[in-house]
Amino acid sequence: MTEVLRPATPPEGMLMLFARRFADHRLALASLVVLLGLALLATAAPMAEWALGVSANSVNLTMRFAPPSLAHPLGTDELGRDLLVRLLYGGRVSLLVGIAAALASAVIGTVIGLLAGYYGGKLDALLMRLTDGVIALPLLPLLIVLAAVDLTKIGLPAELARDADVSLYRMVTIIALVSWTTVARLVRGATLSVREREFVLAAAACGAGPLRIMTVHILPNVVSPIIVATTLSVGNVILLESVLSFLGLGIQPPIASWGNMLTGAQELIWSAPQLVFWPGALIFATVIAFNFLGDGLQDALDPRAITR
Amino acid sequence: MIRYILQRLGESAVVIALMSFVIYALIGLMPGDPIDLMINSDPRLTPADAARLRAVYGLDRPLVDRYLSWAAAAIGGDFGNSRLHVRPVLDVMPGFLLNTVKLMGLSFVLSVAIAIPAGVIAARRQNSRLDHAINLLCFAGISVPVFWLALMLIILFSVMMPILPASGIASVGGGGGLWDAARHLVLPVATLTIFSVGSYTRFVRAAMIEVLRQDYIRTARAKGAGPSRIVWVHALRNAMIPVVTVIALSFGTLFSGALITETMFAYPGMGKLIYDSIMGNDYNIALVTLLFATAVTLAANLLADLAYAWLDPRISYASGEGARP
Repeated sequence: MTEVLRPATPPEGMLMLFARRFADHRLALASLVVLLGLALLATAAPMAEWALGVSANSVNLTMRFAPPSLAHPLGTDELGRDLLVRLLYGGRVSLLVGIAAALASAVIGTVIGLLAGYYGGKLDALLMRLTDGVIALPLLPLLIVLAAVDLTKIGLPAELARDADVSLYRMVTIIALVSWTTVARLVRGATLSVREREFVLAAAACGAGPLRIMTVHILPNVVSPIIVATTLSVGNVILLESVLSFLGLGIQPPIASWGNMLTGAQELIWSAPQLVFWPGALIFATVIAFNFLGDGLQDALDPRAITR
Repeated sequence: MIRYILQRLGESAVVIALMSFVIYALIGLMPGDPIDLMINSDPRLTPADAARLRAVYGLDRPLVDRYLSWAAAAIGGDFGNSRLHVRPVLDVMPGFLLNTVKLMGLSFVLSVAIAIPAGVIAARRQNSRLDHAINLLCFAGISVPVFWLALMLIILFSVMMPILPASGIASVGGGGGLWDAARHLVLPVATLTIFSVGSYTRFVRAAMIEVLRQDYIRTARAKGAGPSRIVWVHALRNAMIPVVTVIALSFGTLFSGALITETMFAYPGMGKLIYDSIMGNDYNIALVTLLFATAVTLAANLLADLAYAWLDPRISYASGEGARP
């Protein structure tokens, strides 16, 4: 009996179609490979430390600005720390913050978009006004203020507020707080159209409550714009994190991030331009790869985009 | 139409009022406070003096009270003095504002002048090598960290080939005249243009592809209009409608780019003023400049919606709720 009710196209077929269309986007495919490679290298940072016999945070003032050598493949920085190992650890932080904040903003955006699209009316008007308001804000100045807030003044114990790990959570939180708007708009739009479909009416007729309808019946049908927007926003988040860390407001040393490795780089442009080059080049490569990946996913998931 | 504009202006006023409170509260949460700064500059102050000063400046009152007295003074046109510049806030701002208008205006004109032909060519030859090359460059422009781009340009053009100044708006000693000022603008304008031109080109390309599919383009072709006439006259006009809107909506992004650019090149504009005031505990400047940036961004959004209605006669906001693009 249930056999008969299975959908005509088995899920494998959809996946194959998606994979084939994604593979057509060569830049996206190459980006996926690059990102997986970067993630692998970043995960292997402790192994690189072990293999080279160096440690990411060990300061060695006799070895400042050392040129590339066997022990330091990319040379050392202004405090004599190994550049390659620090880049790998920085990659961990930048990727982690980027993905975590993008996922967090996807969750916020999805909840707001589902609520606005499903309930409509006054709630929709209120939530969309809020979304418009957040979109209209000058993002970077606001983030600078949020990042500069002294956590002890909102009641956090001093030792916790100055803890370097806290700067990680703080970055994820404040970036997620301002970047959920794209997902919210997309989910709301998709929900508005899915809400009127027969299967949703059928579910309601069977007695499904609003929560069940939203999560079980609507959410799976709006998931592709969420995936695309989230992938694209990872790149944006990494850019925001890097500029805040560069300004000294983001990830705090001794934790290395690609952004804070460039703090004070203005003094290095004459003496050690290679120190300025690498962290930024890696941010650039990662962000462009996430953007191509998002573009490729969009082409593969959105049937209207075939004519790209 | 007038009703619509009034309604939007009212909404914007509410947003600005809300923002002014949020920013006021946030600035109170930043490290240090005005009395600490006074104690630092004058070690003879006793804790009792500090408490008295707090009372004199009203810093012991609740947040809402302090905000309301700030707001009352602000509505009366008094925004207080700048701590770093030791002048009224409103005297400090115009010079910085003019510099930012110069920087953003030049970059904007340059970006549009590149984006329109590049986007149109990419759309006409969709999926050609040229299209792919333009697409690649667009993604590069969108993905590059602005502060790093600025550093790279400085290394290339001020350190390795010392042909352009790396910071400021005039050479030390002055008297450089227009040529000197122009030379100082090259790198900042180039940075901001590279940052914005990629997304503009993608807007133009997407809009052109959409328009070139329309029936009236086929009609124009059928009645014998030449290919360039179709693209540059028939299609471009209509493609500009969404482009103008998206570009106006991206004003906030352009301003964020300007903030980083100005900070990197020590260019005395609004972005640098905001950043320096936040970093230097210059509360009055920080408040007013942040609110000003919010107001201008809101105005750009409103203009985007109005331009949309003005350029496309099919759209009317006159009757009730207008659909936002």
